[in-house]
Amino acid sequence: MIETTGLALGLRGLTKRYGAVTALEPTDLDIGAGEFLTLLGPSGSGKTTLLNLIAGYTDPSGGTIRIGDRDVTRTPARHRNIGMVFQSYALFPHMTVAQNLAYGLEARRVPKPEIARRVEAALALVQLEGYGTRGVQQMSGGQQQRVAVARALVIEPDVLLMDEPLGALDRQLRRQVQVELRRLHLKHGRTTIYVTHDQEEALVLSDRIAVMGKGRIQQLGTAAELYARPANSFIAGFIGESNLPEAKVTEVTGGMASAEVPALGLTVRAPVMPGVAPGAPARLMLRPEHLRILPDAGEGIEARIAEVIYLGELTQFGLETAGGAFLVARGMEGRGLRQGDIVRLGWSPEEVLLVPDTGP
Amino acid sequence: MNGRRIEVLALLAPALILTLVVFVLPLVRFLSLAFTAPEGTFATFVALAESPVYRRVMLNSFVVAAVVTAITAALAWPLAYLLARVRGLWFTLMIYGVLFPLWISILVRTYSWMLLLERHGPVNRAIQAMGISDTPLPLLFNHTGVLVGMVHVLLPYMVLPLYGAMRAIDPRLMQASDGLGAGLWQSFRRIWLPLTLPGLAGGATFVFLLSLGFYITPALLGGRTSIMLPTLIVAFITEHFNWPMAAAASIALLAAVAVLMLAATRFLKLDRGMFAR
Repeated sequence: MIETTGLALGLRGLTKRYGAVTALEPTDLDIGAGEFLTLLGPSGSGKTTLLNLIAGYTDPSGGTIRIGDRDVTRTPARHRNIGMVFQSYALFPHMTVAQNLAYGLEARRVPKPEIARRVEAALALVQLEGYGTRGVQQMSGGQQQRVAVARALVIEPDVLLMDEPLGALDRQLRRQVQVELRRLHLKHGRTTIYVTHDQEEALVLSDRIAVMGKGRIQQLGTAAELYARPANSFIAGFIGESNLPEAKVTEVTGGMASAEVPALGLTVRAPVMPGVAPGAPARLMLRPEHLRILPDAGEGIEARIAEVIYLGELTQFGLETAGGAFLVARGMEGRGLRQGDIVRLGWSPEEVLLVPDTGP
Repeated sequence: MNGRRIEVLALLAPALILTLVVFVLPLVRFLSLAFTAPEGTFATFVALAESPVYRRVMLNSFVVAAVVTAITAALAWPLAYLLARVRGLWFTLMIYGVLFPLWISILVRTYSWMLLLERHGPVNRAIQAMGISDTPLPLLFNHTGVLVGMVHVLLPYMVLPLYGAMRAIDPRLMQASDGLGAGLWQSFRRIWLPLTLPGLAGGATFVFLLSLGFYITPALLGGRTSIMLPTLIVAFITEHFNWPMAAAASIALLAAVAVLMLAATRFLKLDRGMFAR
């Protein structure tokens, strides 16, 4: 994680309603200077609404936005000093690459020689030296993406916003650009808010991830925190993969609970997340890599191997339990096993977790 | 390959033959009359060049066409802007408002303007009632009449290309401009306006060329004071039975249009960046 030297952005009770529909529930969020924060969520989760509110393209229904020590809630976008990278890049098609980059500096009345110098520096930063005189439409998709990033950075923004900037690239290129963006952030060190629906992107890039769903931040934390201790079943399924059989909690004592898991046909004792209580709907988080195929008979639960998928260094098993559940296990063991074999499954009690059920 | 070529030719043949027989051949025959004057092969062109009347009509035609183009551009620009922004019922109403005049005979529209603009017509009565002028203004059989009628008829040809260009502009470009710190005027001048120029160039070319060849509206509304080239060509035929002069004037008009078209395409190519999307 990058050293933060203070607060770059603070949201308090920020809300957006369209008539009777609430696009963003009252939201609080603090982002440290230099931090790379990702808003991760499916479409309709409120992440783009939140980004547009911060950028100033949408007026909030309530709450405040602070950038550093300025209250910018009522400040028009052009005075917020925010750099925005659009999903479609929104490069000016009738201008060259250098003219696109110079645009924001000219709007700030920066002297000409300095504009030339800063445009050159920004092009060097994204490794596009010598491309200044090209028309933006002569550039490839990946190059246009870099121009868009350079155009947002050249104005030295207080906050850099990126709205699914890799959405238009093919899969191969996306991997490469993710790593580039991460390196770039280490170089420029600007506070960045990144919107995506791709959890892999979020894990690769972010210092912290805010998982969004149903118009609110469901959980905020580092990738490792979200993975190990997801606040609910939605996040457990969204960050990484997980088996999530339903569980009936019977009692909770000191951070541990006992719960019946019908799909597994047994009662488990496992750590709990806040919100898990007797009678409240819950699910058991059982990560594929924590589900082990046991060598000895007599232990664990019985399951039939329904499918075997060879993944190179790992093997993935699809398993049917007697209770009718389908579980996924992944590991380096079990090389000799075949479809139809009956095996026994086990896990360490500290690796599983009971989480509140948020529904499908 | 050869089979395909025959197929293409067979598909094109009916239209090609029809065009050739009923359009190209008569046109060539008519235009060739320009070189058949008894005084010599190029006598007609010499006569045109030496005639002050013809020169005045030629100049008048270009001035009227240019003014019509400028007025339609000024009127169409805000209209196209609104069209590109509104949705639903308002859009339907507005687009039909633009297209509706195209469905009414040009003759009907022109005679309607004669009724409106005449000495004691509703327009003059309104002007007098509002106290703008004590006596009826001469609105008909002069430049004013021609301009009003032509602008009305040609407006859709300017609105539609402009609307097309404006619809094609990604609204995110304006957001990007805003976010980069540009004010409204700067965003308009540096992003919106340049991106609408292809539509403006297209519409202006349309309107200008159509204006040059306009016959009915100038003939009816222009009277004897605002004569355009087509009116003169018709006069050569119907009043003077001078087919060679009519053909020569037609060739001159055709040449002027061709030169302008070439210049226009050259201008469009120079700024290709604005057209690629």
